[in-house]
Amino acid sequence: MEFSMKDFWNGSRRALARAITIVENEQDGYEEIMKEIYHHTGRAQVIGVTGAPGAGKSTLSDNLVKFYRKMGKTVGVCAIDPTSPFSGGAILGDRIRMNDLTLDQGVYIRSMGTRGSLGGLSRKTADAVKLMDAWGLDVIFIETVGVGQSEVDIVKNADTTLVVLVPGLGDDIQAIKAGILEIGDVFTINKCDRDGADRLNVEIEMMLDLGEAQDWRPPIERTIANEGQGIEDVVNGLNEHRKYLEESGLLEERRRERVRTEMAEMIHDRISRHVMKEITETGKFADYVEQVYERQTDPYTVVDSIVGDIFK
Amino acid sequence: MADKKIRVLVAKPGLDGHDRGAKVVARALRDAGMEVIYTGLRQTVDQIVEAADSEDVDVVALSLLSGAHNTLFPEVVEGLKAKGMGDVLVIGGGVIPAADIPGLEEAGVKAIFTPGTPTKDIIDFIKANV
Amino acid sequence: MANESLKAKLAEYEEKCKKAEAKFPERVGLKHNKVYTPLDIEGFDYENDLGLPGEYPYTRGVQPTMYRSRFWTMRMYAGFATAEESNKRYRYLIANGGTGLSVAFDLPTQIGYDSDDAMAQGEIGKVGVAIDTLKDMEILFDQIDLSKVSTSMTINASASVLLAMYIAVAEKQGVPTEALRGTIQNDILKEYSARGTYIFPVKPSMRLITNIFEYCSKNVPKWNTISISGYHIREAGSTAAQEIAFTIADGIAYIEAALKAGMKIDDFAGRLSFFWNAHNNVLEEVAKFRASRRIWARILKDRFHAQSEKSMKLRFHTQTAGSMLTAQQPNNNIIRVALQAAAAVMGGTQSLHTNSRDEALALPTTESVTIALRTQQIIAYESGLADVVDPLGGSYYVEAMTNAIEKEAMEYIKKIDEMGGAVEAIEKGYIQKEIQDSAYAWQMAVESGEKTIVGVNKFQIEEKPVEGLLRVDASAGEFQKKKLAEVKATRDNAKVAEELAKLEKAAADESVNLMPVILDCVRAYCSLGEICGVLRKVFGEYKPHVTL
Repeated sequence: MEFSMKDFWNGSRRALARAITIVENEQDGYEEIMKEIYHHTGRAQVIGVTGAPGAGKSTLSDNLVKFYRKMGKTVGVCAIDPTSPFSGGAILGDRIRMNDLTLDQGVYIRSMGTRGSLGGLSRKTADAVKLMDAWGLDVIFIETVGVGQSEVDIVKNADTTLVVLVPGLGDDIQAIKAGILEIGDVFTINKCDRDGADRLNVEIEMMLDLGEAQDWRPPIERTIANEGQGIEDVVNGLNEHRKYLEESGLLEERRRERVRTEMAEMIHDRISRHVMKEITETGKFADYVEQVYERQTDPYTVVDSIVGDIFK
Repeated sequence: MADKKIRVLVAKPGLDGHDRGAKVVARALRDAGMEVIYTGLRQTVDQIVEAADSEDVDVVALSLLSGAHNTLFPEVVEGLKAKGMGDVLVIGGGVIPAADIPGLEEAGVKAIFTPGTPTKDIIDFIKANV
Repeated sequence: MANESLKAKLAEYEEKCKKAEAKFPERVGLKHNKVYTPLDIEGFDYENDLGLPGEYPYTRGVQPTMYRSRFWTMRMYAGFATAEESNKRYRYLIANGGTGLSVAFDLPTQIGYDSDDAMAQGEIGKVGVAIDTLKDMEILFDQIDLSKVSTSMTINASASVLLAMYIAVAEKQGVPTEALRGTIQNDILKEYSARGTYIFPVKPSMRLITNIFEYCSKNVPKWNTISISGYHIREAGSTAAQEIAFTIADGIAYIEAALKAGMKIDDFAGRLSFFWNAHNNVLEEVAKFRASRRIWARILKDRFHAQSEKSMKLRFHTQTAGSMLTAQQPNNNIIRVALQAAAAVMGGTQSLHTNSRDEALALPTTESVTIALRTQQIIAYESGLADVVDPLGGSYYVEAMTNAIEKEAMEYIKKIDEMGGAVEAIEKGYIQKEIQDSAYAWQMAVESGEKTIVGVNKFQIEEKPVEGLLRVDASAGEFQKKKLAEVKATRDNAKVAEELAKLEKAAADESVNLMPVILDCVRAYCSLGEICGVLRKVFGEYKPHVTL
């Protein structure tokens, strides 16, 4: 089926789905799509959900989506799973927890692999979010496993980040290592009926005390996601944070910062592609590698000369 | 332009819980570089079609061992067509008697893989037909 | 020392073999030596490790005389289409020397949907018999005396309802519940980890199971209240050691749930039974069966302080491995099944189902089922395998492998304990992941040719499609729907509403045993779907965890 922007603006889910594919794969015309939709972005409330594997993120997201639906909002979900570094393939299994949302026409769920291309990863997520935003979804969740820096970067595309932890499994330690505690605007202790919930709560509080004092103190909510408990508290926390962002002017500041990062990345990306294309197509690059390897010259001199040639 | 990744929805319509085959195939497709959206057990035809739509997949791979394939597989094909996704490659697998295969193919299921099929055959078929 | 001289000789032998040895194919799973000697079972302590048959730790068997006094129960799993059709098959099997019934239910029945439910369409009567109300159950056991036959029912999430129906049929036949013999599978944990026919979340599911334990210990004392099943875990792709490890871990979880519900170990542990798979590797399977008995006995004695010997005995049903049947050259499956069945007999099974040659293609025809039953009879009456208890006991190889499987299984059980038990390990997706890893490794070994499956990746031939397969056509579904409509039109619907309302109230109160309430519902001809629907409303539904 041919993609048309007209269908996209007419609210066709098929067209939204196709647009994300085109942008994700950088197929012909993807930049035109992004140029056209950009002016219509910035309306949605974008929420990142992250946490260690097995923390119950998908189940929590499932419940949050249902809650926002009851409030009459349309919801998008960007569910991200890691791409295998060996094959480039991925198994995207987050939908399974959200199967009963599949038939709700007010919900759009899209699974994405991290695909591991340097830097481009978080931008592809950002683009998918922008497409959902422009298409008209009110609330958009970006769900990702908080295991490394790349996932942290993805979540930075959100206005508000929810960090999901579970007691008693040492996941808290992992989370600290992965750096996801620093990015939490709201915390939830999921499966809070387990032993160790209080201890985990104390640990998060202590960690927050260590940081610089700020106007926003991240609330710590407790949930049992698979029984639907505590969901309203989390939603309140998220909305409070949203309100705080708006009133403090931080929302604008964060978004401006995001534009800055995004543009810097795009420039960086564009230039490096341009340069690499130049020197690989002419075969120069292979020669340079050989010369450096043989210690006939050094990488610093070579890079000076390559960049100098192109930008003279 | 980057390579377009092949996206495959692996789904189990019907009620049977035998997902060994579906999971082995899902892994094999991943190891062949594809993105596999796995939706698990007991998917209704509507759920499969909606998920295929949202995820904009190139392939829908159905697995069924209960004998309900003659009812459910053609319904998925029809559902996709109704969504304007008639170009999606629909394939099936499971305990399916040879006598049923021509009928399923006629209904638009492009290939049926029965027990004992190497996963490589499935991978090759997808790569050749997407 | 004798060992020193043996060690030296073994080294010499190894040296000799090095020259002659062709490349021995690596097998998925256990690593094997070429030959086994006393060195492989060093520290072997006969009385402690084996004992006599019928003695702790029951490695050699749970009864002193085993098949010398009575053969295993030849229990053929059957059921398809409607109660009317299945009743005919059961009476045929009994007439041909089958000694126990084994009921297969269709998927809507297993998952608690009536035949007229949208979810059931295309599935009615396909993999087993469709049961909607007590009416169907009455037809299913028509002219079968429930005081004489032992009946096994493969039913899990909706086990309480089907057991209640069975009891209600017995009432109508005038058979006291104390006389009923049989088994319900009732093993929800392996549904979550391997088989997939779950309905409710873990907590209420465990409550239903302990409710059944408690009810039966008082009212149906000869009933096996659970068949803790490794069969499906193996079918999903696990290794032999994983099969018994994950299943015994499930068993531990059931015991703990029952203890927590206030029961005493010896009041219910003797009614726990197991269900194993008989796979292709004959001697590995024999070792597995032996290891499972020893592990269970020791756990019951040391960990749960059981006093009664009955509690410590692991009794099991066996089914030959369905996943090892090939669609290619289906007659070869007769040989596979014979070898698998021989393993089960040498391993001391209490009952046995032998698969039919055509089951990789469809449900079996009567002719195929007859061959499968005859296979058991040939093993029993002609092969000599049943003449001696635990005929392989003392084999260096089998004892070493029994030890190895026990060790590997115990390591898994320890790991699962550390995670907080089987429920937790399933909710984390650990058990599923381990099974899937093994399944994938097996598949890759077959595809690379490292593992040979005759007729599949070696010795293939061109074949014509098999003719004469059993087909369940759509008319069974229509017939079933019509029957259900008639029952709904003729029953006392006020009574139905009243009983369902009572059930809803009882379900919401965790302290109530639901069995008597469900029994009242089925007596009033409430349908399975109505009963499970009420429970779904109160309990919610299970959402699977998927790690791939």
